[in-house]
Amino acid sequence: MSRTALLAVPVLFLALLFVIPVASVVWAGLSAGPDRMLGVAFSGRTWQTVGFTFLQAGLSTLVTVVLAAPAAVVLARFRFPGRGLLRALVLVPFVMPTVVVAAAFLALIGPGGLLGVDLSGSIWGLVLAHMFLNLAVVIRVLGGSLATLDPDLEQAARVLGASRWQAFRRVTWPLLMPAVRACVAIVFLFCFTSFGVVQVLGAGQLRTLEVEIYRRTVHLLDLSAAAALSVLQLLAVVAMLVVIGRGRPVPRQQAVDVARPPHGWRQRAAVGITAAATAVAVLGPLLVIAVRSVTAGGHWTLAGWQMLFTPGDSTNAVDPWSAVLASLRTSAAASALAVGVGGMAAVGLSVRGRGGWLRTVDALLLLPLGTSAVTVGLGMLLAFGRPPLDLRNTGLLIVLAQALVAMPFVVRVVTPALESFDRRLLEVAGVLGRSPAAAVRSVALPLLLPVLAVAAGFAFAVTIGEFGATVFLASPADPTLPVAIARLLSRPGQVTVAAAYAAGTVLMLVTIAVVVAVDRVRVSRAVVF
Amino acid sequence: MLRLRQLAVSYDQPVLKGIDLEVATGEIVCILGPSGGGKSTLLRAVAGLVPASGRVELGGRDVSRTPTHLRGVGMMFQNDLLFPHLDVAGNVGFGVRPSDPDRVEQVLALVGLAGYGSRAVDSLSGGQAQRVALARALAARPGVLLLDEPFGALDVVLKAHLVLEVQNVLREQGVTVLAVTHDRREAFTLADRVAVLREGRIVQVGAPDELWARPADTYVARLLGLSVIAGVVYRPEQLHPDPAGSWAAVVTGRTFRDGRYQVSARVGEDPVTFMTSVDEAPQVGATVALSAHGCEGT
Amino acid sequence: MKKFPIPVLVLMLAACSPGGQPATQPPDEVVVVTHDSFAVSKQALRTFTDQSGLKVKIVQNGDTGQVVNSAILSAGQPQGDVLFGVDNTFLSRAQQAGVFEDYQAAGAPADLAAAAPGVTPIDTGAVCLNYDRAYFADRPPPRSLADLVKPEFKDLTVVPNPATSSPGLAFLASTVAGQPDWQGYWRALRENGVKVVDGWENAYYQQFSGGSGQGTRPIVVSYSTSPAAEVIFAADRRASAPTAYVDADCFQQVEYAGVLAGARNPQGAREFVDFMLSRTFQDEVGEQMFVYPVRPDATVPPEFQKYAPPPKSLVVLKPDQIADGRDTWIDEWSAIMQ
Repeated sequence: MSRTALLAVPVLFLALLFVIPVASVVWAGLSAGPDRMLGVAFSGRTWQTVGFTFLQAGLSTLVTVVLAAPAAVVLARFRFPGRGLLRALVLVPFVMPTVVVAAAFLALIGPGGLLGVDLSGSIWGLVLAHMFLNLAVVIRVLGGSLATLDPDLEQAARVLGASRWQAFRRVTWPLLMPAVRACVAIVFLFCFTSFGVVQVLGAGQLRTLEVEIYRRTVHLLDLSAAAALSVLQLLAVVAMLVVIGRGRPVPRQQAVDVARPPHGWRQRAAVGITAAATAVAVLGPLLVIAVRSVTAGGHWTLAGWQMLFTPGDSTNAVDPWSAVLASLRTSAAASALAVGVGGMAAVGLSVRGRGGWLRTVDALLLLPLGTSAVTVGLGMLLAFGRPPLDLRNTGLLIVLAQALVAMPFVVRVVTPALESFDRRLLEVAGVLGRSPAAAVRSVALPLLLPVLAVAAGFAFAVTIGEFGATVFLASPADPTLPVAIARLLSRPGQVTVAAAYAAGTVLMLVTIAVVVAVDRVRVSRAVVF
Repeated sequence: MLRLRQLAVSYDQPVLKGIDLEVATGEIVCILGPSGGGKSTLLRAVAGLVPASGRVELGGRDVSRTPTHLRGVGMMFQNDLLFPHLDVAGNVGFGVRPSDPDRVEQVLALVGLAGYGSRAVDSLSGGQAQRVALARALAARPGVLLLDEPFGALDVVLKAHLVLEVQNVLREQGVTVLAVTHDRREAFTLADRVAVLREGRIVQVGAPDELWARPADTYVARLLGLSVIAGVVYRPEQLHPDPAGSWAAVVTGRTFRDGRYQVSARVGEDPVTFMTSVDEAPQVGATVALSAHGCEGT
Repeated sequence: MKKFPIPVLVLMLAACSPGGQPATQPPDEVVVVTHDSFAVSKQALRTFTDQSGLKVKIVQNGDTGQVVNSAILSAGQPQGDVLFGVDNTFLSRAQQAGVFEDYQAAGAPADLAAAAPGVTPIDTGAVCLNYDRAYFADRPPPRSLADLVKPEFKDLTVVPNPATSSPGLAFLASTVAGQPDWQGYWRALRENGVKVVDGWENAYYQQFSGGSGQGTRPIVVSYSTSPAAEVIFAADRRASAPTAYVDADCFQQVEYAGVLAGARNPQGAREFVDFMLSRTFQDEVGEQMFVYPVRPDATVPPEFQKYAPPPKSLVVLKPDQIADGRDTWIDEWSAIMQ
């Protein structure tokens, strides 16, 4: 199958599920007259919003990358007890539903928070929460690159007479640069379009494009404004992708696990302190969730868990097991779709000699990550909400929307592995009597299985937290865990709150289980999304 | 038996321009040519891995239109290309028919690796890995075995051993072999006949001693390591330092080999090679006078 | 790899073909589109199914705003047959967009029914100030909205943002209707340290100090039934509620059910709306959704009587008054609070 044919499927997927919905929103916005849209786009208040969106995303990215870099180095370069667990743990915040994360953060840095400062409504609260959420991106992407960076290279430079600093600046840094750029891009995109955190921690005072699109759409049903803001957001994201897309792609690197035990008390102390700080940063908010599930009214109690597991006869009651199953089912379907379509994109993209237009396709595949979930949800409702394409009540739209968000991760994970897959192995199999299909089955598939598993795991973890607000899309018949949490929180009561945190804890445990399982799969390549 | 008729391959430019070649059953033929001369392409065309025009006949059967996996060829590459997800036995048994259950142990014994079946492939040394690759290629009982620079990735000492060893195995088994290499020593050690490939055409085929004695042209002569001075070919033993010699040779290098020195030098623009005793060996950079004796070159 | 894309394509095409959804609705089902807070016992639904022969499918679609806006965007090609949950802050907009077919079930109180022709009022709620009884154990709690601007209540109040939250909007509306100079009132509130957060969950759980709140502010905008919920869902069934509401200028929220225009089963939809006014459903409204049933003869949980009696001081605004005013109010409010 030719590259074009392979890429046709993901491009079609993107066109159908992304371009058409977004175009529908713009079309709906235009129906009130283009003047109205232009008016919104060029109003001073809009530009304030755009400015603040860039400011908070830039600041969040800077702080995240700078603070997470030491953790990335320590996790990539040193062996220490609990390293595997810590590597898995840092992924958990990344995939937790923002409702839960934001609640945990308010408990820490909100009014009366455990840390004693109230940062809600301040940009620093956002920055901290964004750092917590995106720690995993830096640790995984930068760490992945560091872990495969041969320390011999730096030593070679030292032997050639370079100082430690020169060796870093002239050898290590240029080799890390693509990974740094990749994580800056991803973190920035996430912060640029982050919703739940800004909504909750912003306390209604901080306005980003994403929140403003949500408000205009959901509360005011002002489609002209929503369309104008969506277009602005899209343009900003495209501009960013173009800027980031320049320069060399992440080089292919041989896997050499360079981690070694820390050496000497200085290194041991540095590794210990960094690992401990990372663990505290990640576990702190997570522990708050777990602790709150077993407290009510200042006492330790299991009433929340009891309530969660005795849902009663109401239609609104959610049986946690069926919610877990529903979450798993939806995520599994979305992940399978994302791995299928994203895998095809990766095969198409990994063919040698990537031309200019391939880079464009590559960048376009990231677009869904940088687009408002509200826009996509609204667009899907507009595009697929009427016969003959009425998918509204099927729950399928949620699966498709989640697959759309998970696909970029799959592409990022699978492409480098495919690029470094030695196609001659398929020729060997052919010469040894296997037909092309049999060769793929008996050689390529087993060899790529670990990376496919990692991609599926990522997709799964991303979708199980219902990444972004799937606004406007009806929940499938069986509510998922995040839906269950939202329902529990709709009535006051100490036990209901504890039950909601209990559901959050269940979700957290499921996520940790998935992440740890995925992490056990040994991947021989740097994972870069 | 393998027969190639007007085999041609073009990418953007023609790479192979009509190859005619026969390899008799049990014969080992080695294609010798410089790197990038289309040698690998030739093997890949025989295996059906690249589209080619012309005919490929295997055992009297035209396989030109047959897909790779049905051609019944075996192939060994420069890198061992062992499947990393399978152990040694899994690799060797990859192409073996189920009706041939003892084959894996049999060929492993043949390459001197009996009992290695359960080893992981990343635990093998370079030589062992290459022998496993050979075993894998032999195990499927191919009609012809294609060797693509099979020892190219090995170090010199290991290579010298392994070439002889492989040659033994191939002869014992009576395998029909078409190999390619850029290393004339390897070609001479391995092959019954050597075919010289130049710019997509075979310019000469013959037994090693025939080529050595009568290279078809100065190109072949230089490729074989012979000296060409003013259009005349000399074997190393024909040249020697001689104060009365008529050629002034500037020494560019000398290598101690088996009790004598092999000296590389330059006469005008022509590179030459000759042997000297240890005492006579000139220093690099020195100019020596050379003369020729014995029979003249062609 | 070669054969891989085809099944996926087939799957996608199958997913997108009209065959994915039966073109004709089987007449034995009625689809209820509603918000995430909708709740009724399965027993009650079985009763309806036994009586009418209709199965009930519930499609929940986010909060009230999302549900109503989705319905407006797909007016004429509805997602179901009945829409429940549109309230008096959203009703006019939905009706203007042609979301509903005219149908009003008999049996609702005349004043509520008259205010909203074409739909059926099902329940009412009241958005009131709630306070932390522990904090006000030794000092007087606020008695009116006007009290909040007094110095003794400085930095004590938290309210949800009217631009992003329906209780927030309800509270803003109650100040518009209840205060002589509402803009001046909000300026004074701001001076007195009122805190605005995005939504009710944040205001109540994270900022409010009473009951299940974990915050520091003892006054919050919530519902009149919240104190009852605090008792029912308390860790220990203590004798008294940890919170109370202020019966002053409470904003009346009315939730309506309507038959969606273009419904596949309009007859079933009307039957379900009728059912929502029956005792079977009305008796459950309090316990399941923490709102007051519109039928005066319906029962409510005993905790309601004790801690959450329906407020007497109500601000009642007609749907079209709210529809006309809301955008202006929010804009002016945003300007004041910035």
